[in-house]
Amino acid sequence: MPMSAEEIQRLIKEALPDARVELKDLRGDNDHYQAHVESAAFCGKSRIDQHRMVYEALQGRAGGLVHALALTTSTPTSTH
Amino acid sequence: MDTMIVERIRADVNSNDVVLYMKGTPVFPQCGFSAQAVQILTMLGVQFKGVDVLADTGLRQGIKDFSKWPTLPQLYIKGEFIGGCDIMREMFQSGELQRLLADKKVPTEQKKSIA
Repeated sequence: MPMSAEEIQRLIKEALPDARVELKDLRGDNDHYQAHVESAAFCGKSRIDQHRMVYEALQGRAGGLVHALALTTSTPTSTH
Repeated sequence: MDTMIVERIRADVNSNDVVLYMKGTPVFPQCGFSAQAVQILTMLGVQFKGVDVLADTGLRQGIKDFSKWPTLPQLYIKGEFIGGCDIMREMFQSGELQRLLADKKVPTEQKKSIA
């Protein structure tokens, strides 16, 4: 079962309140998304940990409910 | 978690320089992200072991638990979890993946780029 973009935004912001989330529904099917998440909470964390934080925010839905979530992360000052 | 599966993953990632857990096989990837991961490793000219998780339901969940990572593909280099397709792509584009392979003394035969 797919998931709306609003729901993804909401879950990420719940866990990472300062996050800036750019979300693209790649196929318009609520099932294949591309996301860029920027948050100060990522400072000092490895890329793997940054991605894990987003996956945790989605509470197991990435790789489950949402089939595809292409993900990039950054901190507010860094460029990507 | 199934200890047999944990043992199998450990043996695979420790006895092969580069292991890619993926959907499908390197020749016939069954998912776009797995296909991209194969493409990156192929461009780098790295020998790797592709493990098809679709052929084994226990492994499909087992590798996610083992890596604490919910999606596939997953790349291991010299026993270390590196990340999924997005991280591989970012590291490949920045040259970080090439440096990591060199640091870990994994042979690569980089093809001459067409561009």
